[in-house]
Amino acid sequence: MANLTSDFIGIKSPNPFWLASAPPTDKKYNVERAFQAGWGGVVWKTLGSEGPPIVNVNGPRYGAVWGADRRLLGLNNIELITDRPLEINLREIKEVKRKWRDRALVISLMVPCDEESWKDILTRIEDTEADGVELNFGCPHGMAERGMGSAVGQVPEYIEMVTRWVKKYSRMPCIVKLTPNVTSILPPAIAAHRGGADAVSLINTIKSITNVDLDNFSPFPMIDGQGSHGGYCGPAVKPIALNMVGEIARHSETRGLPISGIGGVTTWRDAAEFLAMGAGNVQVCTAAMTYGFKIVQEMISGLSQYLDDKGMALSDLVGRAVPNFVEWQDLNLNYVTKARIDQDACIKCGRCFAACEDTSHQAIFMHPGRVFEVNDAECVACNLCVDVCPVEDCITMVELPKGTVDPRTGKVVGDYANWTTHPNNPSARAAE
Amino acid sequence: MTHRQLAPGIVPGRLPAETIACNFADVLAPLDPHEARVAADRCYFCHDAPCITACPTSIDIPLFIRQIATGTPDAAARTIWDQNILGGMCARVCPTETLCEEACVREAAEGKPVEIGRLQRFATDGAMAKGHPYTRAPVTGRKVAVVGAGPAGLACAHRLAMLGHDVVVYDQRPKPGGLNEYGIAAYKATDGFAQAEVDWLLAIGGIDLRLGQALGRDFSLADLRATHDAVFLGIGLPGVNALGIPGEGLAGVHDAVDFIAELRQADLSTLPIGRDVVVIGGGMTAVDAAVQSKLLGAENVTLVYRRGRDRMSASGYEQDHAAQAGVKLVFNAVPLQVLGQGRAEAVEFAYAVDGVPGPETFLLKADQVFKAIGQRLVGVPADVARDGAKLAPQPLPGVWAGGDCTGGGEDLTVTAVAQGRDAAHAIHTALMGA
Ligand SMILES: Cc1cc2nc3c(=O)[nH]c(=O)nc-3n(C[C@H](O)[C@H](O)[C@H](O)COP(=O)(O)OP(=O)(O)OC[C@H]3O[C@@H](n4cnc5c(N)ncnc54)[C@H](O)[C@@H]3O)c2cc1C
Ligand SMILES: Cc1cc2nc3c(=O)[nH]c(=O)nc-3n(C[C@H](O)[C@H](O)[C@H](O)COP(=O)(O)O)c2cc1C
Ligand code: SF4
Ligand code: SF4
Ligand code: SF4
Repeated sequence: MANLTSDFIGIKSPNPFWLASAPPTDKKYNVERAFQAGWGGVVWKTLGSEGPPIVNVNGPRYGAVWGADRRLLGLNNIELITDRPLEINLREIKEVKRKWRDRALVISLMVPCDEESWKDILTRIEDTEADGVELNFGCPHGMAERGMGSAVGQVPEYIEMVTRWVKKYSRMPCIVKLTPNVTSILPPAIAAHRGGADAVSLINTIKSITNVDLDNFSPFPMIDGQGSHGGYCGPAVKPIALNMVGEIARHSETRGLPISGIGGVTTWRDAAEFLAMGAGNVQVCTAAMTYGFKIVQEMISGLSQYLDDKGMALSDLVGRAVPNFVEWQDLNLNYVTKARIDQDACIKCGRCFAACEDTSHQAIFMHPGRVFEVNDAECVACNLCVDVCPVEDCITMVELPKGTVDPRTGKVVGDYANWTTHPNNPSARAAE
Repeated sequence: MTHRQLAPGIVPGRLPAETIACNFADVLAPLDPHEARVAADRCYFCHDAPCITACPTSIDIPLFIRQIATGTPDAAARTIWDQNILGGMCARVCPTETLCEEACVREAAEGKPVEIGRLQRFATDGAMAKGHPYTRAPVTGRKVAVVGAGPAGLACAHRLAMLGHDVVVYDQRPKPGGLNEYGIAAYKATDGFAQAEVDWLLAIGGIDLRLGQALGRDFSLADLRATHDAVFLGIGLPGVNALGIPGEGLAGVHDAVDFIAELRQADLSTLPIGRDVVVIGGGMTAVDAAVQSKLLGAENVTLVYRRGRDRMSASGYEQDHAAQAGVKLVFNAVPLQVLGQGRAEAVEFAYAVDGVPGPETFLLKADQVFKAIGQRLVGVPADVARDGAKLAPQPLPGVWAGGDCTGGGEDLTVTAVAQGRDAAHAIHTALMGA
């Protein structure tokens, strides 16, 4: 068993799997059960200011997108921050932290965008003995209309300002949680960094409407015949999150800033990918909401087996893929591959043929007896057939060795060369 | 009750009525909406799908399954019926394990095909309850005679009516449906489904059904040709083959098809059955006679086939079904004679190699013997065009034929439907021009 002990900005936990600030971390009851199940840490459901608690809708608050077998691929919610009184949350946080010393417990906060409000809440949480705070600048619905959440997260100056306040009034490690509802994730991340954040966490949910009720003509979740946008999460958002994590990890101004990776982490493999992309740990919400707390056991066993198999320590994995995350123009245009169909594995469904014939490059022959074969003279190696084939590894991409002739272009496969020097590139020519 | 089960001879009520009712319930329960969604999700929507090729009526299977998966099972039913108007019955009786499901790529992938038959039933059952969906084209004024109200005749009549022709269907039996009503195993088409489906089909209008009317007895082919613009023959195979062995005439020796026809119309709790039943044959009829004998309470049922298991025309699935019901399967044995004083008591068999009897013989106790060694064509004039022992697709000018009475394709409900439907189009083209 690999050692999964994690130290994220000085916050220690027995493993890098934390529950994200959300319903699973709403109260002592859940959090204790999560710790019993094996979660390394939690970010408590976001607290607001002192005063009458937030109210939630009393109709449905989730919408969903499903795959085959009704597998939940995406979840959307219109839930707000905690709707429980501040004092109760603070008391429970303290009780839990006392009882579970080895686990990470971070408090998520969202209060109005003025110095007094932040100073006040930071004083109130002082004696909970929590390990750190996470600033929720991400929630894209409800709270944003009130000038909080993503309304702050979309303005880098505000992020920087609030982060400075937090660092001024608290000694706790500070994580800034970013919203993906921006054209580029870099300015908000840079702002957090400038404001003195110890880390960023991302992504919060993406503005979304999962579906429209076709009988009532309302977005869903529908409240009395109407719907508002919600925040999208779950497996469907993982690709967006991975990219944003990677962008921060590799950028010159944010490189080295610790990242807590969030967004669609469902299995150990997803977690490992976030770590490789530069995240120091991961946070999970939808997977726990879909399958319960027990999934962490698969994440623990899976990640440790992977690290053992690779002979790597957890810290070796973090950021391992970042140097290989480059721009398109850096890609080797002399890397030539061809699709290969394993005839023994093929079940003759013809999906590769339909895909290539109708929408790609007409590069698959359909021979009598439903034998499918790739025509190297047409195959551009787009990978679509691989993606639509229902049998894993039935179609693979085989690299043409250097020096061989690509039957499609008639050209010999040469050494590394990218777009920046390509003859078709006007800028490349101009540079000559 | 137990002593009743062991009573000698051919007697009714070997099992309690409730047990019999339970034995003859739906062999495969219908899918509920959740099961149907899960089953439909397994379909890959194959290109030029092999399941379609394997279906004699060429139902667009990936399309109808996708329609179920997307929550529109009535549209799925239309897709099915467009090709096969008896899609409801076919969903129940097709040997899918040798047709669409055998060809399904997920059979190759995991040995578990998409459950096409059950999905087809899910779609058609639901939509059938909502009435008949097709309307007729403007009436053409042409009149076509259809002889035989079995699957071939009904499919032909429906398509002709849809195309605007007026159709008269003649059948010698008191009820329509052909073997759907008188042949198919009772547990495959429960709750009067065969009649319900015929009623639903006839709701298109333009089809005049005349029952108790026999070709060759009440009218001749020449009469029909004279009074109609075209004739379709879908008369099945009304004759049965004989064993030609001593003792065949003894009481207790029956044609399996007659027994099944009686069974399909009977109150099963009062239907007599032997204690020791021997079935001779290797097709679907033999299996159905044997299984249903067992379900009625016969103590020992033995199915004897003259060649090896691999030569049996009943599918592996059917064979397993028989074995599971408790039928003993004996291969490579040929009957020599039925023994008994006034009534059957035993059958003597010789062990055989590829159907040819050898010297060694054995006896099987039998108070009831069912012969299921094939049906044949009877009742058509001698001067018609033939395909071997059966009819050609167009036996005479202006006369078309389809279903079991013609060669080409297996003798299956679905094949009869395909041939009936195609004959309707051929007739339409002949009457109206291409
Ligand atoms: C016991 C048994 C079980 C079977 N099980 C299955 C099964 O599970 N699955 C499957 O796919 N297939 C099965 N089959 C085969 C299937 O039933 C036939 O292939 C199908 O019914 C053929 O349809 P048809 O319309 O050609 O003939 P039939 O269904 O035989 O219909 C012919 C009709 O013509 C009428 N007729 C005949 N002669 C005359 C005449 N001279 N005048 C007027 N009317 C006449 C008959 O009364 C009958 O109604 C089974 C067959 C049998 C015998
Ligand atoms: C391979 C690929 C290439 C695309 N190229 C373009 C493009 O050149 N221009 C464009 O406007 N959108 C492009 N799109 C986006 C699509 O038009 C569409 O907006 C997007 O895929 C979302 O729609 P969908 O998921 O329903 O297919 C592309 C999508 C794919 C998958
Ligand atoms: S890689 Fe693309 S072009 Fe090549 S065979 Fe597959 S789908 Fe066609
Ligand atoms: S998609 Fe895969 S399994 Fe299907 S025909 Fe192509 S190679 Fe074979
Ligand atoms: S072969 Fe199977 S998977 Fe493919 S379309 Fe037909 S039912 Fe679907």
